[in-house]
Amino acid sequence: MTKRLVVIGAGMASGRSLEHLFEMGGDWDVTLFGAEPRGNYNRIMLSPVLSGEKTYAEIVTHDDAWYAERRVTCRFGETVTRIDRSRKVVVSAGGETPYDKLLIATGSAPFIIPVEGRDLPGVISYRDLDDTYAMIDAAKNPAKAVVIGGGLLGLEAAAGLKARGMDVTVLHLMGHLMERQLDEAAGYLLRKELTERGIDVICRASTAALLGEERVEGVLLEDNTGLEADLVVMAVGIRPETRIATDAGLDVGRGITVDGRMVTSDPDILAVGECVELDGQLFGLVAPLYEQAKVVAATLCGEEAAFVPRQTSTKLKVTGVDLFSAGDFAEGEGREDIVFRDPARGVYKRLVLEKDRLIGAVMYGDTADGNWFFGLIRDGTDVSEMRDTLIFGPAYQGAAPADPMAAVAALPPEAEICGCNGVCKGRIVEAIEGGAATLEDIRARTKASSSCGTCSGLVEQVLAATLGDDFVMPAAKPMCGCTDLTHEDVRRLIKARELRSMPAVWQELGWQTPNGCHSCRPALNFYLLADWPLDYVDDPQSRFVNERNHANIQKDGTYSVMPRIWGGVTTPAELRAIADAAEKYDVPMVKVTGGQRIDLLGVPKEVLPRMWADLNAAGMVSGHAYTKGLRTVKTCVGTDFCRFGTQDSTGLGIRLERRLWGSWTPHKVKMGVSGCPRNCAEATCKDVGIVCVDSGFEIGVGGAAGMDVKAVEPLAKVATEDEVVEVVVAFVQLYRENGKYLDRPYKWIAKVGMDWIKARVVDDLAERQALVERFDVSQSVYQKDPWAERATPEVQRAWSPLADLTMEAAE
Amino acid sequence: MSWIDIGALDDIPVAGARLVKTHHGCVAVFRTAEDEVFATSDACPHRGGPLSEGIVHGRKVTCPLHNWVLSLETGEAQGADEGRIATYPARIEGGRVLLDVASLCRRDAA
Ligand code: SRM
Ligand SMILES: Cc1cc2nc3c(=O)[nH]c(=O)nc-3n(C[C@H](O)[C@H](O)[C@H](O)COP(=O)(O)OP(=O)(O)OC[C@H]3O[C@@H](n4cnc5c(N)ncnc54)[C@H](O)[C@@H]3O)c2cc1C
Ligand code: SF4
Ligand code: FES
Repeated sequence: MTKRLVVIGAGMASGRSLEHLFEMGGDWDVTLFGAEPRGNYNRIMLSPVLSGEKTYAEIVTHDDAWYAERRVTCRFGETVTRIDRSRKVVVSAGGETPYDKLLIATGSAPFIIPVEGRDLPGVISYRDLDDTYAMIDAAKNPAKAVVIGGGLLGLEAAAGLKARGMDVTVLHLMGHLMERQLDEAAGYLLRKELTERGIDVICRASTAALLGEERVEGVLLEDNTGLEADLVVMAVGIRPETRIATDAGLDVGRGITVDGRMVTSDPDILAVGECVELDGQLFGLVAPLYEQAKVVAATLCGEEAAFVPRQTSTKLKVTGVDLFSAGDFAEGEGREDIVFRDPARGVYKRLVLEKDRLIGAVMYGDTADGNWFFGLIRDGTDVSEMRDTLIFGPAYQGAAPADPMAAVAALPPEAEICGCNGVCKGRIVEAIEGGAATLEDIRARTKASSSCGTCSGLVEQVLAATLGDDFVMPAAKPMCGCTDLTHEDVRRLIKARELRSMPAVWQELGWQTPNGCHSCRPALNFYLLADWPLDYVDDPQSRFVNERNHANIQKDGTYSVMPRIWGGVTTPAELRAIADAAEKYDVPMVKVTGGQRIDLLGVPKEVLPRMWADLNAAGMVSGHAYTKGLRTVKTCVGTDFCRFGTQDSTGLGIRLERRLWGSWTPHKVKMGVSGCPRNCAEATCKDVGIVCVDSGFEIGVGGAAGMDVKAVEPLAKVATEDEVVEVVVAFVQLYRENGKYLDRPYKWIAKVGMDWIKARVVDDLAERQALVERFDVSQSVYQKDPWAERATPEVQRAWSPLADLTMEAAE
Repeated sequence: MSWIDIGALDDIPVAGARLVKTHHGCVAVFRTAEDEVFATSDACPHRGGPLSEGIVHGRKVTCPLHNWVLSLETGEAQGADEGRIATYPARIEGGRVLLDVASLCRRDAA
C-alpha cells in the first residue's frame, strides 16, 4: 500500500535520506517541502561558489529529473508553518498536506548576535545560496567587508570575499582562530597565512553595534574601535531550527529529541540532520548526518537500525590552506603531546595521547596523513608500539615504504577513505571489481568523494592500486612552470573571478614568475581576449613572432606574405597585383599552397608594411596564414560548373570565410565545403567540413590532416545555408570559449564530448543564438585587417632596425 | 667605454626588443617589464634565430624559432640547452638608450 511521506526541508540530510529510501524500494508517495526556492544542492560547496571556483550548477545534487523519476512532489519555496499532529497534516501557504509519516529536516538557522543594527541592509549570514549570491553581488563593487566570526564558516567566507577583490577584516571573539578545531599554535599559523593573503584578523574582538543609516556602514567594537564596512557577514554559529517542532509539542532540547532510530517523541514523526539532538549531542557536519540518513530510511522501511554518533574530523576548504583536526586536543592530566614543527615549510603537527591511545590530532601545512591519524583515533588503536615514529605518519610504520601508492595498497578494507560519506576502502574496491574504472564511476556507485571532494586523490590511488596498469592516473598538468594550475582551471577562474588583465591573473592566481613565460603568456592573452573582447586589450608582446608581425617567420628570419583568397576564388586583377608585388620586392619564391592560395616567401621584415599597402590597394587583406585563428575555407566549384554539384559550395565557403575571418581561436581553424559527397574540397578532414547533398548540408567537425589524420564527426544536418552559418559560428564560439590553448577542435571535442557540443550548438536554439551573439561582439573588435592597420609610416619605422650603426663613422 | 645614443626608450616596446645593425652583426636591445635595458647578439646560438623577435619574460628571452630560453644578463642558454650569446653594456639616461660602442667592436665582449 502506498504510504504518504511528507518531508520538511530539502537540505543535505533529507536529500540523502530520500536516496536511501528509494534504493530500499517500497511504495512511497513523497511530498518535499523546502523553504529555499530550489531543490537539494551540496551546501558545503557554497564556499567554492563564493570564491568563484565552482558554479551553482556544479553543486546541484538532485535535479528536476531526479525528483520527477521518483514522483516526488516538490514544493520548493514553500515554508511549512505548522504541524497538526492530531489530524496528521502539515500546513503551508499552499494549504494542508496529509501524511502517514513525517520527516523533519529543517537544518539550522544562523545565530545572529543581538546587537543594534543587525537588521540593516548589507548585514548577511552565511547559510544558503541566496546568502552566497548576496555576497558575490556585494563584491561587485570592491569595498570593505567585515566578517564576524573566525570559525570554519567565517574564514571560508573571508577567503571567498578576498578572492573576489574585497578588503576583508575578520573579527573573532576568542584568542585564536577556529578555537574549537585548532590549538593555539595552529591557530597562529593560520592567522599568519591569512594575514599574508591580505585578510586582516582581529582576535578578542567583541562587537558592540553595527552602524549605519540606510544600510550598514561600520562596526563598533566594545573597546570603541570603529571599522568601516560596506558588507557585514555574521558567521558566529548556528542553532538547530526547531520552531515548528516546539510549536507542535514534540520533545525539544537544544535540538529535536530523537532516539537511535531517529524517531521523535511522536512515533509517526522522524527527524534528521542538524535539527536533531541525540543523547544531548548536536551534529554540525555532514558525515554524521549521512549516517543518520541511512537509519531514517531503514526505520521508515520497518527495519532495525540505530545511529551511533562517531568521531568527526574537520578540514577548512580554503584553497591553499591545509589544516586538519580531529578528536580532543585539550591539555589535561594523563595526556601527552607529540609535537612536530618545521617552520621553514610552515608545517606543524600535534598528536594528543592518553593511555597509549591517540585521542586528538591537529595538523597544519601538511595534512596528508590526516585520515590515517583519524582512523587511529576512531578505532582506539593501541599505539604504544609505534609511538616513537607515530608523528611521521604511516610511511614510517613497520616495513611499509614511503611510497603513497604502497601505503594505500596496504590499507585494510575497513579503512575509511571518504569521511563525509563514510565509505571505506573495501566498498570502493568492490565497486571497482564490479566494473567502475574512473573517479566518476566511483562517485556514482559509492558516493565516495562526492561531497567535499578532498579525498578524490585517495580514491584515485585506490583505483590505481586495484586496477594496476589499467588505470591511468589523470595527470593534472600545470599550464607551465609559472603556476600549478591547469589550463582548464585558469580558464574557469578567469571567467568566474572576472579577471580581465594579465596582471590580475598573475596576482590573483599566484603566478610564481613576475610576468609569465613564453608558454603561458600567449595562452593567457588568448583566454582574456576571448572572454572579455570589450575590456581586454590585446598584448602583442605576449604573442608569438608570427602573430606579432602578422607574417610567417622563416628559418632565415625573413617572412612570407599570404593574402586572403576567399574560398580559393581569385581574379586576374588580384593575380596581377600579386605578380607586381612579387616583382617589385624581389620575392625569391611564389608558391601555390596546399590551402588554395598564393604564398610570397622570403620577404625581409622592413619590406612588409610597403608590400601590404600595395596588396591592400588591390583590395586584398591578410590571409592570417600565421594565426591561431580562421585560416582557409577550401571549396570546390560546386553547382556553378560541376555536373555533380548539389549546392553552391563555392558561395557558401566564401560566405563562411567572410563571416569568420579575423577571429582568434585556441588553435588554427580550417574549413572546407564540398559540393557533393565526392568531396573534392577535402571537407571531411577539416576542423569544420560541410558536404552538400541534395536535401541540404551535412556539417561535420573535428577532422584533421596534420600530425594526426582524422575524419570529421557529424554535428548536424541542416536544410539551408543560413542554418549552416549559424551552427558553424556557434560551434566556433563554443570552441573559443572553452578550448584549451593549442588544442585543435578534434582534441577539444575528445575532452568535452560530441553530445555536450550538440546540446548547445544544435539542440538548444537559445544557446546557439547566444553563442552567435557573443561571437559577433568579438568580431566587432577583432575583424579588422591587420595589414591595413599597419601599412603606416609609424609601423614602417617600428618594423625597421632601431638604429643602423653601419651608417655611422663608428669607433 | 664610449657610449652612443641609439634611440628613445619608448621606441622599444615594454617586454619587447628592437634591432640595431652594426659592422659586427646585429644587436638586439631588450626592454624588460621593469624598464631595464639589455643588449645582446641577435643571433640564437641554436640556429641563428632572431632573438629580438622572441617573447621577453623576466630577464630572459625565448627564441622565436625553437624556444630556446636565454638569459639577458649572462647570455647563457637556460635549462638543458647549451650555448651562449654575447652581451653588451647598455644603459638608460634621460629616457634615451645608450650602448657601449667599444665593447661592440670586441667580438668576445662580456
Ligand atoms: C604554406 C603551407 C605549405 C604550402 O606551401 O602549401 C604551410 C606552411 C606551414 N605550415 Fe602547414 N602549411 C600549409 C597547409 C597545411 C595543410 C593543408 C591544408 O590546410 O589544407 C595542413 C594539414 C591540414 C591540417 O591542418 O589539419 C598543414 C598542417 C600544418 C601543421 C600540423 C597541424 C596539426 O594540428 O597537426 C603545422 C604545425 C602547427 O600548426 O603547429 C603547420 C605549420 C606550418 C608552418 C606555419 C610552420 C611554422 O610554424 O612556421 C609553415 C609555414 C611555412 C612558411 O615559412 O611560410 N602546418 N599545413 C600551406 C599554407 C596553406 C594556406 O594557404 O594557408
Ligand atoms: C558555507 C558552509 C560550508 C560548510 N562546510 C562544511 C564542510 O566542509 N563539511 C561538513 O561536514 N559540513 C559543512 N557545512 C555544514 C553542512 O552543510 C550541514 O551540516 C548540512 O547542510 C546540514 O544538513 P541539514 O539537511 O540538516 O540542513 P540544511 O542542509 O540546512 O537543510 C535544511 C533545509 O530546510 C529548509 N527549511 C527549514 N525550515 C523549513 C520549514 N519550516 N519549511 C520548509 N523548509 C524549511 C531550509 O531552508 C534548508 O534548505 C557547511 C555549511 C555551510 C553553510
Ligand atoms: S610540411 Fe609544413 S611545416 Fe613541414 S616543412 Fe613543409 S611547410 Fe614546413
Ligand atoms: S634558432 Fe633559436 S631556438 Fe632554434
